[in-house]
Amino acid sequence: MVTMPIISTSGLARTFTTKAGPVHAVRSVDLAVMPGEIVGLLGPNGAGKTTTLRMLTTLLAPTGGAATVAGCDLTADPAGVREKCGYVAQSGGVDPHISVREELVTQGRLYRLSKVDAIARADELAAHLGLGELLDRRTAALSGGQRRRLDIAMGLTHRPAVLFLDEPTTGLDPGSREDLWDLVRGLRDDFGTTVVLTTHYLDEADALADRLVVIDGGLVVAEGAPAALKTEHAGSPDASLHETFLAITGRAPAAADPAPVAV
Amino acid sequence: MLIHDTSLIFGRYVRQTLRSRFQIFFGILMPLLYLFFFGPLLTGLPLGSTGDSWQVLVPGLLLQLALFGASFTGFAIIIEQSTGVVERMRVTPVSRLALLLGRVLRDALLFMFQAVLLVLAALAMGLRAPLPGVLVGFGFVGLLTVSLASLSYALAMKVRTPQEFGPVINSLTMPAMLLSGLMLPMTLGPAWLDVLSHFTPFRYLVDAVRDAYVGSYATAHMLYGVAVALAFALLAVTVGTRVFRRAGA
Repeated sequence: MVTMPIISTSGLARTFTTKAGPVHAVRSVDLAVMPGEIVGLLGPNGAGKTTTLRMLTTLLAPTGGAATVAGCDLTADPAGVREKCGYVAQSGGVDPHISVREELVTQGRLYRLSKVDAIARADELAAHLGLGELLDRRTAALSGGQRRRLDIAMGLTHRPAVLFLDEPTTGLDPGSREDLWDLVRGLRDDFGTTVVLTTHYLDEADALADRLVVIDGGLVVAEGAPAALKTEHAGSPDASLHETFLAITGRAPAAADPAPVAV
Repeated sequence: MLIHDTSLIFGRYVRQTLRSRFQIFFGILMPLLYLFFFGPLLTGLPLGSTGDSWQVLVPGLLLQLALFGASFTGFAIIIEQSTGVVERMRVTPVSRLALLLGRVLRDALLFMFQAVLLVLAALAMGLRAPLPGVLVGFGFVGLLTVSLASLSYALAMKVRTPQEFGPVINSLTMPAMLLSGLMLPMTLGPAWLDVLSHFTPFRYLVDAVRDAYVGSYATAHMLYGVAVALAFALLAVTVGTRVFRRAGA
């Protein structure tokens, strides 16, 4: 039996109308993500990574193309997509004045769990993500790494088949970043969760993703396993992803970018 | 589902309000100042009304409370946009209408509570009005809050920065207050001003509440007031829900 992609898009596009004229944030993106894959969307700032995720999570209506996420058509059945995917935005999404417990329980209830189930799920998620001791703290009192784990717990509330992570480790210290990578790998290994993440950290892409999709100027410009991309574009599987990137996008790393190794 | 979702969102924001005493009482100050320092000036003036001056002023102050309070509620959602709370809720299956209704019903409850405090203060100042009329007044405060808060959230989601949001709201609320005759009946003024004021929805609401405060319920003013308030609420909630559904760019 041939496995079907859990996410497939064809010609997915989004044009914004601005006073200065149309902006083609995403021109045409074709993706096929298989169940249980960890896929990294990689590209310079403004490449269209976040816009792509916002479309795939129903936050933003596409202006062109089509997509299916976890068996639901993005345009015809956005409610179905919402039930099956989780999204963790770069800004997170918790109120600083509310306790970890209250946010987790409310999130469960937004996903239509009963009160009893939502409370049980909050405890379960907190235990799994190392937040058990912090349930009664206000979210503002958490460290950067703890906050990020809470954001992810919120996105996992309904055990989604697909988890979208937008720049999950931006602003984290190296130790917290590696913890987070382990967490993401664990989601795939233990629950078969499909993970699509955006990043502009090349080491993160290299260490975490099974497959990379390089986006530039709103188009997919390259894709493949990290080693295959290096061989194809930089001539050797031992080449750095940095060299590979220069070869693909023709662009030097953004000077203003605070990332340790960034494009 | 809509009721489940709405009560969930409503509960979240009621708890948020209860955490902040400042939020509960802020907003009532301006109408109170008018009540204490402006109200007494009117007691001996011929206002062309069946009741006394308090029955003319207090309905106006109630709607002023709703007008200024509800119009600024959008600030809260600008903060919630920046913390990502709005988007986080929008990717859940929660009803889009509930995302709006839960918030605006909290606002309606808050401003109706402040309206009760204002009426109690007015009683001490000398207001005498029939109880059913006073309750009708609270109903109008609630409806007007639902309308204005919906539009305020919609605008805030569009402009996205407090620097843009504040001036826009200020430039709308001041003329709305002056033109709708919240302070003094427009019938006292020249015909052109009276005509102009009929172009603001608040004019119909304040006329209706003033009738209610003198115990006249089956009047043309009341009919128009109820019709305008309901139509305005329906329009505003429709606009607001659209924005929660489509908040894109």
